[in-house]
Amino acid sequence: MTLLKPAFGRALGWVTLAALVVLALFGLWGAPPDAVQGDAQRLMYLHVPAAWIAYLAFGITALASGLWLWPRTRSMVWDRVAGASAELGVLFTALTLVLGALWGRPVWGVWWAWDARLVTTAVLFFLYVGYLALRQVPTSPEARARRCAIAALIAFVDVPIVHFSVTWWRTLHQQATVFDPSLKANIHGVMAFTLWFGALAFTLLYVYLLDRRYRLAALEEGRDDRELDVAIAERVAGAGTPEARRPSGSVEAPAGVSR
Amino acid sequence: MNLFQEAALVAGKDLRIEARARVTLQQVLPFGLIVLLLFAFALDPDRGVLRRVAPGLFWVTVLLAALLAISRAYSVESENGAIDALRMSGLDPAGLFLGKAAAVAVELVVLEAVLTGGVVLFFDVGIGSLGPLVLASIAATVGVAATGTLYGVLAAGLRVRETLVPVLLLPVVSPVLLGATRAWEAAIDGAPSDAWPWIGLLSIFAVLYVAVGMLAFGPLLEEA
Repeated sequence: MTLLKPAFGRALGWVTLAALVVLALFGLWGAPPDAVQGDAQRLMYLHVPAAWIAYLAFGITALASGLWLWPRTRSMVWDRVAGASAELGVLFTALTLVLGALWGRPVWGVWWAWDARLVTTAVLFFLYVGYLALRQVPTSPEARARRCAIAALIAFVDVPIVHFSVTWWRTLHQQATVFDPSLKANIHGVMAFTLWFGALAFTLLYVYLLDRRYRLAALEEGRDDRELDVAIAERVAGAGTPEARRPSGSVEAPAGVSR
Repeated sequence: MNLFQEAALVAGKDLRIEARARVTLQQVLPFGLIVLLLFAFALDPDRGVLRRVAPGLFWVTVLLAALLAISRAYSVESENGAIDALRMSGLDPAGLFLGKAAAVAVELVVLEAVLTGGVVLFFDVGIGSLGPLVLASIAATVGVAATGTLYGVLAAGLRVRETLVPVLLLPVVSPVLLGATRAWEAAIDGAPSDAWPWIGLLSIFAVLYVAVGMLAFGPLLEEA
């Protein structure tokens, strides 16, 4: 029912919580304030890890969708992982956008700018909001898994195109700090540590939430199956009575079988 | 029959239905022109604003009208179990996809031709270089028709089809809106060299999604 062993999942939850507390301490007090941006720059320790998790989550969704579509690895496990990861991706993308807006206001003077990376992230957000809307449509689990897996890959293929088109169109965002090869050590040691630690803490948080969400999805499917069994049993038991043979209105099929 | 004959068969069927029912002609086309009129109401027509933003307005209008055309392409299949007949016809799903997408593309091209006339007449737009404009339009139309056909079959048979397709399709085609608008701006200004990179991008988008559609149409049609 869960991706991780339950005891391991619980332990991971506590480790994640501890890591987030340490991150808050380092982010707020441990790391020095930025020379130019002052304390506003401390948002980086949340903004950058959130963006990293958003990309990771959408990557995992695409990977899990591919694994579902590949006949040899087809399993509902991958469908649940894809759905859970996409939800987390949308959550962390929204977090990235909100934190970025809060950071942009004091530093750039505006909440939002039509900069390449901002626009790409916004498009990414809406691409996967659509995917989540598709997941909510009631249908049989198999049909839903197939539809959603294909939709996830269609959306994923679009990401580089969106990125390139928007980059040609306009580029204000500060250059990437950590992966820039020409500026090897342009970030204070404690700052760099806090940023990397933030990425680690958020990755733990992602894995923990993915496991929780996966478990919830599995429980929901179990509930749907059981409701269907109950409905069938009731229909069979009531088959002898005239009321049951002639229903007055159209009967909605229970969730899980309706198309 | 080879793939293209099958595609031509399906496209011919869809266009014949359209020629007889004239839903696109009598509803989608006027819708596009009404949207152009609404843009003139929303933006002051006296200050040259309309002329400057005409390419963007044109492509937004095309995308909105495309949603209707795609919806129509699948509502004709939902009656009398036509989609089951399509599934059991023995035609190659890739051919089916190409046919449905081609029919949508032809309808969109007609729509774009009329809307271009509307933009030239009402928004006072002069076209500097026609070649890049036409090429950009064709590449963008193929991209929109391919993605639209793909999402159309994805949502076909679902009760929420009408509302689901826009929320899925519009973010995916956002690079098409961007590229086609920039290419049109360059073509209208008579600076075709600025248009070519965008036409390249639109072509890559079109080729990519035609390929994805040919692969994915079969499995999606099974579920529709």
